[in-house]
Amino acid sequence: MSLRIVVTVKYVPDATGDRHFADDLTVDRDDVDGLLSELDEYAVEQALQIADEADDAEITVLTVGPEDAKDALRKALSMGADKAIHVEDDDLHGTDIIGTSLVLAKAIEKAGYDLVISGMASTDGTAGVVPALLAERLGVPQVTLLSEVSVEGGPNGTVKGRRDGDTASEQLEASLPAVVSVTDQSGEARYPSFKGIMAAKKKPVQSWDLEDLEIETDEVGLEGSWTKVDSATERPARTAGTIVKDEGEGGKQLAAFLAERKFV
Amino acid sequence: MAEVLVYVDHVDGAVRKPTLELLTLARRIGEPVAVALGPGAADTAAALAEHGAVKVLTHDAAQYADYLVVPKVDALQAAYEAVSPAAVLVPSSAEGKEIAARLAVRIGSGIITDAVDLEAGDEGPVATQSAFAASFTTKSRISKGTPVITVKPNSAAVEAAPAAGAVEALAVSFSAKATGTKVTGRTPRESTGRPELTEAAIVVSGGRGVNGAENFSIIEALADSLGAAVGASRAAVDAGWYPHTNQVGQTGKSVSPQLYIASGISGAIQHRAGMQTSKTIVAVNKDAEAPIFDLVDYGVVGDLFEVVPQLTEEINTRKG
Repeated sequence: MSLRIVVTVKYVPDATGDRHFADDLTVDRDDVDGLLSELDEYAVEQALQIADEADDAEITVLTVGPEDAKDALRKALSMGADKAIHVEDDDLHGTDIIGTSLVLAKAIEKAGYDLVISGMASTDGTAGVVPALLAERLGVPQVTLLSEVSVEGGPNGTVKGRRDGDTASEQLEASLPAVVSVTDQSGEARYPSFKGIMAAKKKPVQSWDLEDLEIETDEVGLEGSWTKVDSATERPARTAGTIVKDEGEGGKQLAAFLAERKFV
Repeated sequence: MAEVLVYVDHVDGAVRKPTLELLTLARRIGEPVAVALGPGAADTAAALAEHGAVKVLTHDAAQYADYLVVPKVDALQAAYEAVSPAAVLVPSSAEGKEIAARLAVRIGSGIITDAVDLEAGDEGPVATQSAFAASFTTKSRISKGTPVITVKPNSAAVEAAPAAGAVEALAVSFSAKATGTKVTGRTPRESTGRPELTEAAIVVSGGRGVNGAENFSIIEALADSLGAAVGASRAAVDAGWYPHTNQVGQTGKSVSPQLYIASGISGAIQHRAGMQTSKTIVAVNKDAEAPIFDLVDYGVVGDLFEVVPQLTEEINTRKG
């Protein structure tokens, strides 16, 4: 039996662009280019490696987002994923984390899965809680924040991994189905090859909306959000600091500054 | 007065500083009731009472150490049901955020993560967060259910505020899912004797300019002269010069100390995302054009191999 892997990915505004909020206090996506969240590339990479080790596996990449989010799916397909699902619906605009986890969980269930792999966090919101939320909603084990991951025994097998925390490094193990998240230490993500990019154009991208997932519009979107952003203000630019060129006394000058600020 | 649940992060009964900070914030919105789980849970009571906990709910079981996250969610949910609090506050550690998120779904609530400040509002607690590499500040609140909020270290000063701190045993029945993820091995991180990165008042970081694992001793010596934690940029971590657990930035840890000293770090957006909210920022870099200099309160354009040892020596002399 084929090991069904679903990789959740996010289309995010480029961090090197001028990111800001729109008038309704959602992320402004019009003024900044979007791309596949870098941390999700590690999830795609681990999915590809797990599929390589398995007898038979199929990788589906899944995203929830606007029309442009297809770009993120294409990138994952060009890396080697087999097919893609795009959940797109105008009523999703402004959906928060809890709502997003609901949509993802419903889509994962509809797609069918043995293993869900996510990045450790998105590079825009950076909360890092979606994998745990998916495990909670799907009622399956979470094996999260792994710097090493492997799967043995196919669809009814076991996932093992290493989680490096503040106070300890832990070895974890769970039976499939399970939700995994991987860190940027899990292994460098491959670049899509020319062949991969060409092949990706022919791979199927399925589109689902809220009706397909049997989700009511009041459960998602800005109105249905579990949180409310009241204000977003740009941080004032830092006032220009003192910059000195080291002419042999730079360290001493810096020490004097630190002493003046009472750090020494 | 409304009760506020505070999840306690502790190591064998020693309460970690972010939890004490959380008690300060909790007092702004109600009466803190602390939840301490695992080995040494009852030993946390004195420190928690000293900082404002009116009650300390404790529970220990093998499940907390043997299985990942879910047993703690079960226990926090039991505390939530016993107390019916006005809000639930959890430290923003990786595990804390996962526990809080799963609780939020179970109790039908929204969640705010990585708050850097918290105040009482007409419609429930208002949380301040940093967005887009700390270039924006947002104020948000929970609009459905009981607010579940995780708070970043260094978001409030630790204040003593003695309270009763009455210890009560929490009754917990673990769910069938509690034993889903086994912890089959655990290697404690060797203590460096330095403060923990995210909690430290001062952080001294090295980057690409440090140019080798062996040279990090220069950064460590400066850190030790200031009683600081050591951080590293992604470039330094990817090169294998310093452990990933010390990485500061978008894919590593986010720090907000009183003083941040960046040495040999150019200040790419990914790094800035992790340190831009530091109160005082200092940089040493030989490239005068490095973006880090846009952020600094004080910058030295120079060779870190000259400047940093001189700085360390001067600090040690002044402490003399």
